[in-house]
Amino acid sequence: MSKILIRGAKVLGGEPQDVLIDGGTIAEVGAGLSAEGAEVVEAEGKVLLPGLVDLHTHLREPGREDSETVLTGTRAAASGGYTTVFAMANTFPVADTAGVVEQVWRLGKEHGYCDVQPIGAVTVGLEGRKLAELGAMHESAAGVTVFSDDGKCVHDAVIMRRALEYVKAFGGVVAQHAQEPRLTEGAEMNEGVVSAQLGLGGWPAVAEESIIARDVLLADHVGSRVHICHLSTAGSVEIVRWAKSRGIAVTAEVTPHHLLLTDELVRTYNPVFKVNPPLRTERDVMALREALADGTIDIVATDHAPHPHEDKDCEWAAAAMGMVGLETALSVVQETMVDTGLLDWAGVADRMSFKPAQIGQAKGHGRPVSAGEPANLTLVDTAYRGPVDPAGFASRSRNTPYEGRELPGRVTHTWLRGKATLVDGKLT
Amino acid sequence: MQRHLISAADLTRDDAVLILDTAEEMARVADRPIKKLPTLRGRTIVNLFFEDSTRTRISFEAAEKRLSADVINFSAKGSSVSKGESLKDTAQTLEAMGVDAVVIRHGASGAPYRLANSGWIDAAVVNAGDGTHQHPTQALLDAFTMRRRLIGPDAGIGQDLEGKRITIVGDVLHSRVARSNVDLLHTLGAEVTLVAPPTLMPVGIESWPCEVSYDLDSTLPKSDAVMMLRVQRERMNAAFFPTEREYSRRYGLDGDRMARMPEHAVVMHPGPMVRGMEITAEVADSDRCTVVEQVANGVSIRMAVLYLLLGGNEPAVTQTRTEEK
Repeated sequence: MSKILIRGAKVLGGEPQDVLIDGGTIAEVGAGLSAEGAEVVEAEGKVLLPGLVDLHTHLREPGREDSETVLTGTRAAASGGYTTVFAMANTFPVADTAGVVEQVWRLGKEHGYCDVQPIGAVTVGLEGRKLAELGAMHESAAGVTVFSDDGKCVHDAVIMRRALEYVKAFGGVVAQHAQEPRLTEGAEMNEGVVSAQLGLGGWPAVAEESIIARDVLLADHVGSRVHICHLSTAGSVEIVRWAKSRGIAVTAEVTPHHLLLTDELVRTYNPVFKVNPPLRTERDVMALREALADGTIDIVATDHAPHPHEDKDCEWAAAAMGMVGLETALSVVQETMVDTGLLDWAGVADRMSFKPAQIGQAKGHGRPVSAGEPANLTLVDTAYRGPVDPAGFASRSRNTPYEGRELPGRVTHTWLRGKATLVDGKLT
Repeated sequence: MQRHLISAADLTRDDAVLILDTAEEMARVADRPIKKLPTLRGRTIVNLFFEDSTRTRISFEAAEKRLSADVINFSAKGSSVSKGESLKDTAQTLEAMGVDAVVIRHGASGAPYRLANSGWIDAAVVNAGDGTHQHPTQALLDAFTMRRRLIGPDAGIGQDLEGKRITIVGDVLHSRVARSNVDLLHTLGAEVTLVAPPTLMPVGIESWPCEVSYDLDSTLPKSDAVMMLRVQRERMNAAFFPTEREYSRRYGLDGDRMARMPEHAVVMHPGPMVRGMEITAEVADSDRCTVVEQVANGVSIRMAVLYLLLGGNEPAVTQTRTEEK
């Protein structure tokens, strides 16, 4: 592999520097590096970040290749600056055996747009009744370390306790989709002022908060770590903050859409805003931003959830829940966290690369931009601002809530172990 | 007037009074030997019912026929919808047949809004009840009934319901009738009080332009009209209240309670009534109960709405007088 010289990039938003990639590795970082024998990428004014890591992606393959495949999903990831995605287990068949996780892992390897790290289901068929073979998935070629029934909550307290205990044997972590099922029967949107007017079934904050409260206490009791998926309410922030102050091993993620959008948008009855957990209130959005800034929430994860057009071009009740997010995540984080002064680019690198790689144990990812490290890098034109155009997405699906909305920032280059997957905004 | 009627909240005070006044004219047509107006001759209206509702469908159909519109009744049961066809495809299929207006009843809140605002079709959309969201023509016919009873058919022309005290009792949580009525009655200047057990009030109700009470007895003496909402017996299985009898004792309207209402006050019900649950037979059959009147008024209101949405600027009734001669 040839040499690449990234010239004059603000590494993690700092002073402009040159970064020399040789093969799959960062050879040198410094000022005025020699361009001899290297392909030069002029990066003046741009910010260089470690390749982004998404702990929460739905790639839909196997089973729903009409909405996304490992290929289209990883192309979308590369396009959004990601070098690793963790693929959720709610496929058809469910990723609850070594066979399925290995299949997804292999597809990611073959396509080569970004590393795909499969997440294993906690329970067989995501049914919440019987533990899946967690150890077998861990020992498979895919080396699964993160387990989640995402889309469904591991609601049975005993099953949750056992899962938390069991994965300690091989250093795994359970990622909980916190949703008390009885409190959310028929739930279609956040329960509050807007749902009362629209006559849509309410999804109360307490249904999330009660599960998080239970699970941090369980994790404490059995001495395990627990990860909370897509935390969405101000109350959940308070609980996680309390748990961390007690030294409980809890980590939490927030999605870009929960950092920006509120349930007021549901007044349009446009299902592109239908998502689980639902869009909350302005007060929740502000609490989530603050929590991401102060580290109470550890990471941003996209919950990229592709759906075919017909599943969104319908009435609210009939629509699928979820939004695509890989290709807009960094822009939304810049809009809500960086341009508001809540987080600097080093903070973004931490929340979108270092920490998620740590939580998911993604080897070779989420590393510092320094000599000797794997060349997983993302170059961002932070001065750019423009409307989101879903027609240009690499994802097979177009269900973005941001269509036409002006957002800052554009990923221009992505390198996976020194190999460019995105050049000048175009996939290789 | 706007092009669609989706929510009672979309109506201004003047829009609403215009509809009520127009309905008053339409009601006079019903007293004639020939009850038909040529206003919508050559226009096609489809009644697109995804939910069974014989009363509402028949009421719209009667209104459409009195206005001489061509009527197509479409029931989702046994149609391509039950074979998985989407709302969008169904609506586009019907519009391709040359439909000017769609009257839609749907179990999903917001379905009429989507139909009117997604660029799927060009026809006017009238909401005939969507999920637990809105049922604007019901609210209009209720307001019309109140105005006739509390002010008078002639004296009411041009008037709103300023200062009238309206109490709505029952399953507010699951009721599109309650939501529509709160919006419209507030617009018309009435003071609305909702009465129900706390379990049957939605979280977020504090933002509604009305009072909320858990105590029916203290509200009755201060009411010009009391509207009882249907309470489905199955609700008790989801722990909304302990038993049917307890609900009935605390929130049902019987003869004793009716006696506590002011003498001029009326009892209303959107139907269908569950006798012995929210209302006793004694009350339902009394002179103060307007249930049958509400049904008649429903036809007048729906004629007025369809006329105003589709009929253009031509006067509706005067024009026919000439024709009758």
